[in-house]
Amino acid sequence: MIDFVYLIPLFPLLGFTFLMMMGKRLGNPAAGWVATGAVSLSFISTVIVYFGLRGVEDGERQITKTLFEWVPVGDFSVDVGFLVDPLSVTMMLFITGIGSLIHLYSIGYMHHDPNFSKFFVYLNMFIFSMLLLVLGDNLLLTFLGWEGVGACSYLLVSFWFGKEANSSAGKKAFVTNRVGDWGFMVAMFLTFASVGSLDYLAINGTADQLSTPVAVGIVLLLFVGVMGKSAQFPLYLWLPDAMAGPTPVSALIHAATMVTSGVFLLTRVNGLVYYVMIEAFWATNLITWIGAGTALFAATIAVAQTDIKRVLAYSTVSQLGYMILAIGTGSFVAAIFHMITHAFFKALLFLGSGSVIHGMADEQDMRLYGGLRKLMPITSGTFIIGWLAIAGVPPFAGFWSKDEILLGAWDLGGINGRALWAVALITAVLTAFYMSRQVYMTFFGDYRFDQPSEDELAHAWDSYLEDANYKVSMAGDDVAAAKTAHGEAALKLEQARKAFSSAKIDSAKAIADDDITAAKKAVDTAEVAIDPASKAEQSAATALEGAVSVRESAEAELVEATSAYGRREANEIGLAEPFLSENVAKRAEHHPHESSWHMTVPLIVLAFLSIVGGALNLPFVSELHFLEKWLEEDTLLFEHVINASGLTKWILAFIAIGAGGIGMLLAWKFYYKNELDPKSVEKPILAKGWNYDAAVSAFMGGPGRAFFDFITAFDAKVVDGLVNGTGAAVRGTGGLVRKLQSGYVRSYALGITVGTVALLAWFFVRAAA
Amino acid sequence: MLTPTYYLVLGALVFVIGAVGLLVRRNPLVMFMCVELMINAVNLTFVGLAFGLNDIGGQVAVFFVMVVAAAEVVVGLAIVVAIMRRRDGATADDLSVLRG
Repeated sequence: MIDFVYLIPLFPLLGFTFLMMMGKRLGNPAAGWVATGAVSLSFISTVIVYFGLRGVEDGERQITKTLFEWVPVGDFSVDVGFLVDPLSVTMMLFITGIGSLIHLYSIGYMHHDPNFSKFFVYLNMFIFSMLLLVLGDNLLLTFLGWEGVGACSYLLVSFWFGKEANSSAGKKAFVTNRVGDWGFMVAMFLTFASVGSLDYLAINGTADQLSTPVAVGIVLLLFVGVMGKSAQFPLYLWLPDAMAGPTPVSALIHAATMVTSGVFLLTRVNGLVYYVMIEAFWATNLITWIGAGTALFAATIAVAQTDIKRVLAYSTVSQLGYMILAIGTGSFVAAIFHMITHAFFKALLFLGSGSVIHGMADEQDMRLYGGLRKLMPITSGTFIIGWLAIAGVPPFAGFWSKDEILLGAWDLGGINGRALWAVALITAVLTAFYMSRQVYMTFFGDYRFDQPSEDELAHAWDSYLEDANYKVSMAGDDVAAAKTAHGEAALKLEQARKAFSSAKIDSAKAIADDDITAAKKAVDTAEVAIDPASKAEQSAATALEGAVSVRESAEAELVEATSAYGRREANEIGLAEPFLSENVAKRAEHHPHESSWHMTVPLIVLAFLSIVGGALNLPFVSELHFLEKWLEEDTLLFEHVINASGLTKWILAFIAIGAGGIGMLLAWKFYYKNELDPKSVEKPILAKGWNYDAAVSAFMGGPGRAFFDFITAFDAKVVDGLVNGTGAAVRGTGGLVRKLQSGYVRSYALGITVGTVALLAWFFVRAAA
Repeated sequence: MLTPTYYLVLGALVFVIGAVGLLVRRNPLVMFMCVELMINAVNLTFVGLAFGLNDIGGQVAVFFVMVVAAAEVVVGLAIVVAIMRRRDGATADDLSVLRG
């Protein structure tokens, strides 16, 4: 039955090819059903292979199925081969399982998108690449899948590429991952040079024959790749931005599967990692601390985010930090266990948030949500289960896996282990806090969607005051204009009067000259002109008075507005109401609705898995360590063995429960009871992610840019210069020599003759000597 | 008494005449004839030495040279005819299309 393994990646590949050619014609929703079907068939094949592998005897469960020889170079060769073992099958089960649920969900989520079929083309291609990554029996094939998922991530993050922000988020994801891939590639070169093979079995089998610096180098360079793919500090910053993609993509790629591939990779080479852990503890401890640091760092940022998806994104970074922490402590099973449960509940939370966003007219700001519990019963019910799972409430899935990681950290011993455990515990408190915050803000409290948000209120009040000020200044302008008009009218009246009086004097002269008719006429004309001028002056004076009174009333309004602005209370709209953004009215008309069955069915399935997922590896008695037994006997031969006593385990578990409880209680006080002011924890610096992103941008735009320009110039001038210089030298020499080829037969003949004579002379001289 | 020396000197003279002719003349046909002169000068040298050293090998070599020369004449004359057909009164210097 294991021979069916090639079917697992084949179905998504066929789906991808078929949809690429026929997708547009199939249209909406048929294309989605084809894609979902392809992944579901892949899931069924995985289940068959799983049972096939169960049938194999213990200790024999690492089977390589080679399809063909890929890169044969002398003694070195890389095959396209699938390594079927408990680890890869476990990974594939949740990739294809959750993958098919998310495909189904996407049919509902994307139903109004004009590029419906293209979305499923990418999704199928992603699943194919991911399966290749997991199934590959050597680093190179994994790298192929690694790059494939990276490309799909790029395509899907910038799926709505019409918006500038989305396309640059895609680029950011791609470029940041390139930095990590550099580490992966150099690690491969180093593996090839030292081990002589890229096969995982060879690497793990001969790890202990490597010299320590080489082994440390390979592991740390691989870890650079892991930092990129699994979003660890300092390369995590692409993941929050990747939320620009459609929500199913966030769930599938940026929470459940792709981002865990770094954790998978380190688990795959567990022999090497474990060897390094023994020989050079500082190296794995570095990995551990980067994981722990990332977990804490991202959790603090998540506390202050207002976008529902960004909270989950930072939460994902934080949870991945937990997994890396577990890898560093040698608790590979715990890492894989948490990866699985995380895939369940984080996919659930993301899909739930997508359902909320879908129902709320694409609004992602949590401050505008509230009271959605009654409007979206299924979404909120399942979301709450996901919340309890991630917050570490027993018996939900997240509790068990997080507990194992905490135990592994504690078990390292010494101050180092205790400090790691403490950092992980604080992160657990923060996790419970920000997730509860999200749940309370979204599903509890009053329905706020028709209410203006704080920003909108402030904006309305500001524009209200601005408007009053504007009116005053406009009235002032009017008064000034009226004044000018009145002045002009008064001047004209004055002129008319003067004309009349001078006409009178003139007429007196005219009478003396006996020109009575002309004199009378002139006086009449002047007198007639006075009347309209005086009327104009009067109306101008009235207008001025009117303008002055308008200004006075505007000034009075401003005074009132200023005092109203000063007296205004939070959440009060009052006089500023006409200045509210149109969005508020639009939202008020919107009626939130529960999503279609395509979306709720996956939610329910995932919620069920989030409840029972912990049963994979229950801690009480060794008979219940199903996952550990399944993985350890064949794959994870090199695993740190927990030394802690049963009592310690119980105490640690209760402390972890308490930590989760504290976080939830605090959030309840802050966001449900409103007894404490949320502003005291939502610091602006947290909202901006400790300004890390801005600092990186500033560096890359400034000194970094200059450095990279230098590198570019070096490449163009020196590196390319060497290559081009060789060519130019050959061409120049040729240009000189070609002149000898005159094309005249006689010159060639002369050459031959001279040559012959010279040879003969040489022979004679030799013979004589 | 005829010694091989006479033949060798004659052969050398004929060869030099052919070589100089090849270098100084421009008419393809004459240049071709000069080549023939040089070949036959060599043939004469072969025969002369065969006589002087009493070795039949030199005479045998002449037959090979003649066969090669015949083949060369076939090709060479064909080329000369082709040139003459295309351009009347062409000299060897006109045919310099292979100039570098």
